[in-house]
Amino acid sequence: MATRIDQSNKAGWLMAGPGIFLMTAFIIVPFFLAFAFSLTNQRLASPNATEYVGFDNYRGLLGVAVFTLEPERDDAGEVVIDDDGEISYPRLRNFTRNNPDYPNLAGKREWFSWQWGDDRIVILAADVVFMKALINTFTFVFVVAPVQAAVALGLALLINQKMRGISIFRALYFMPVVVSIVVVSLLWRFIYAPGDGLLNNLLGFFSFGAFDPRDWLGNPNTALGSIMAMSIWQGVGFHMVIWLSGLQTISPTLYEAASIEGANKRQQFRYVTWPGLRNTAVLILIVITMQAFALFAQIDVMTNGGPLDSTQVLVFQAVERGYGKQDISGGSTISVLLFVIVLSISLIQRYLTREKN
Amino acid sequence: MKHILKTTVAIGAMLVSTTAMAQTELSLWYHGAGSANAEEALVNQLVEDFNASQSDWNVVLETFPQLAYNDAVGAAALAGELPDILDVDGPIMPNWAWANYMQPLGIDEALIADFLPGTIGRWDGEVYSVGLWDAAVAIMTRRSTLEKYDIRVPTIAEPWTGDEFNAALEVIAASGDFDYPLDLGMAWTGEWYPYAFSPFLQSFGGDIVDRSTYQSAEGVLNGDEAIAFGEWWQGLFENNLAPGTSQDAAVRETGLLEGNYAMAWNGNWAALPVVEKFGDDALFLPAPDFGNGSTIGAASWQFGISGTSENSDGAREFIEFAIQQKYLSAFSDGTGLVPSTKAAAAETANYQPGGPLEVFFDLSEAQALVRPVTPGYVVSAKVFEKALSDIANGADVADTLDAAVDEINEDIERNSGYGH
Repeated sequence: MATRIDQSNKAGWLMAGPGIFLMTAFIIVPFFLAFAFSLTNQRLASPNATEYVGFDNYRGLLGVAVFTLEPERDDAGEVVIDDDGEISYPRLRNFTRNNPDYPNLAGKREWFSWQWGDDRIVILAADVVFMKALINTFTFVFVVAPVQAAVALGLALLINQKMRGISIFRALYFMPVVVSIVVVSLLWRFIYAPGDGLLNNLLGFFSFGAFDPRDWLGNPNTALGSIMAMSIWQGVGFHMVIWLSGLQTISPTLYEAASIEGANKRQQFRYVTWPGLRNTAVLILIVITMQAFALFAQIDVMTNGGPLDSTQVLVFQAVERGYGKQDISGGSTISVLLFVIVLSISLIQRYLTREKN
Repeated sequence: MKHILKTTVAIGAMLVSTTAMAQTELSLWYHGAGSANAEEALVNQLVEDFNASQSDWNVVLETFPQLAYNDAVGAAALAGELPDILDVDGPIMPNWAWANYMQPLGIDEALIADFLPGTIGRWDGEVYSVGLWDAAVAIMTRRSTLEKYDIRVPTIAEPWTGDEFNAALEVIAASGDFDYPLDLGMAWTGEWYPYAFSPFLQSFGGDIVDRSTYQSAEGVLNGDEAIAFGEWWQGLFENNLAPGTSQDAAVRETGLLEGNYAMAWNGNWAALPVVEKFGDDALFLPAPDFGNGSTIGAASWQFGISGTSENSDGAREFIEFAIQQKYLSAFSDGTGLVPSTKAAAAETANYQPGGPLEVFFDLSEAQALVRPVTPGYVVSAKVFEKALSDIANGADVADTLDAAVDEINEDIERNSGYGH
């Protein structure tokens, strides 16, 4: 059935042509290439022919196993307690390395473990670094998306009023967005510097010296949090502007009507502002989520994934493997997985925020 | 009048192009764009001298910033646009040779007979690259510091033993006179880690990969010797004997001079400021011997011929021209690096007998060991770097080394043994 799209619409196709061509060349083709590469052992530079390996790359990333580690027992069958009063276990490497009795553990490493009676339940992963990157990325997204959206909304409400000099504040909040993320990351490395870095100094000053200086990026407990705080600060201005545009589409007559009806500020926000921002909220949530999944520059400049993999994330790992370790297939596999994750989350968000009528 | 002028210009252009036609153009890529010292000027001079010395070839130089250089070569190789002459970092050369980015040099080996072993890049039984200089690292400190704590001054013939070295660090740490007794340069991520720290592992008796076959790291990077190295390494940071991975790069540069650190593990390129500051008090000491000899890394940037070059004769001629003694000396004087031959060293200000940096030449000559000569080094270097920083940050030593071994072995397997 012919429609107007393919009939007598040459001009339309002609105008869409460049866009379609560019999108095909730079988005669609690379995506299918990445998927194809992820099924091979493609290298960045190698004289060897590329071979098809099936889903080996996916197995290498996603493989997990559960193993119950029994404590060491002495001749009488009693559990051996070491000098610190802890139960003593055999080393996991006795089972995972060159042990024909446990073929399913070969090449796997401890991801995490917990105590179960005298036993220790160990979850092993084929690629612990990837697993940590996956968890860190999700943590980052689940903290940054709501916090950044909320802070941006707060700022937008604050600067959405007629006051002298308000544009100064608008410019101020928007400034970090215009500066390159690499520059911002370098600056924040100085702020987070251990010992007498700026943040340590400030906290020391305000606590009258009671604050113990910290190594913000060098401590596995604070590294990811520090990067989150800095990323929220950097991105918040952009989303503030989008919120602001949403706020200004709400007709002032609605507020006038609400105040005539006797609504206070809180009720105005709840029943006028928030419903009016619905579409903006959906847009912002999806945009922040996608941006947060693509976290890379901050990691590359500030921590390189360390210390102890506490800031490994998916995109950084994809680049590190594909480029740094010349393993294009490994990098492609991570990219494909990331695509699937982001797509599923966007679809879920679309479903949850759909118009219900 | 205007017309005449035009014609003259056109004829002039024709003349220029015909003289150029007689020469074949050779492209040369070099990593030293924007270098802080005289390196870039020296390369320009070298190219000019070569072009003036003969009429068959005309070398055209293109320089890149070091950070972008390897990526540029990789991209050019994929696009089939490699230049005729490349410069290449020594440990990476086997990877490029294996990937056919480079072809054997084919120069007369008599020309490089007295070159330091680290300056000659061999792969698969053939010479692929040759360098005008090498680099060496040493423990930099002051004689007065050692005397103050009653520590023996070691020599190349009799370096510190591991126990002596550890005891020295403990004594200095206990005095509280310094922030840290030893500065390893943990702020310098990247190639510094395998270059500067794998010699310690080798001195313990381990290595990054088994050099007899280059097919596995099992038992070498996670054997008892390697685990002993790992425990020692972790202890340095646990006991606050050395600043860890979050060391400030600025303090790395100045810490020894300003008295933050008692000793620094650093390269010859950082030695001149130490001599200027401390004069005769400055000491450059060999690495401690942990049981398997005292050793340092070797191989710096070298020249080679690209795999696709159709003018390998010209490229070879240029490289033979470049490795003349006067250029070895000139580069050393300009950049502070170790010249490739003893004869060239004698002509330099710093490395001549009695010169302030003479000891670095002796170190390179006596105990340099190149990093594993395998195309897989590119990957194992990264794995090694991560393992060392994880261990420094408190990760379990045996598990971390096991994981590193697994990753290296898997990579070797996926590359069908890297052509060994």
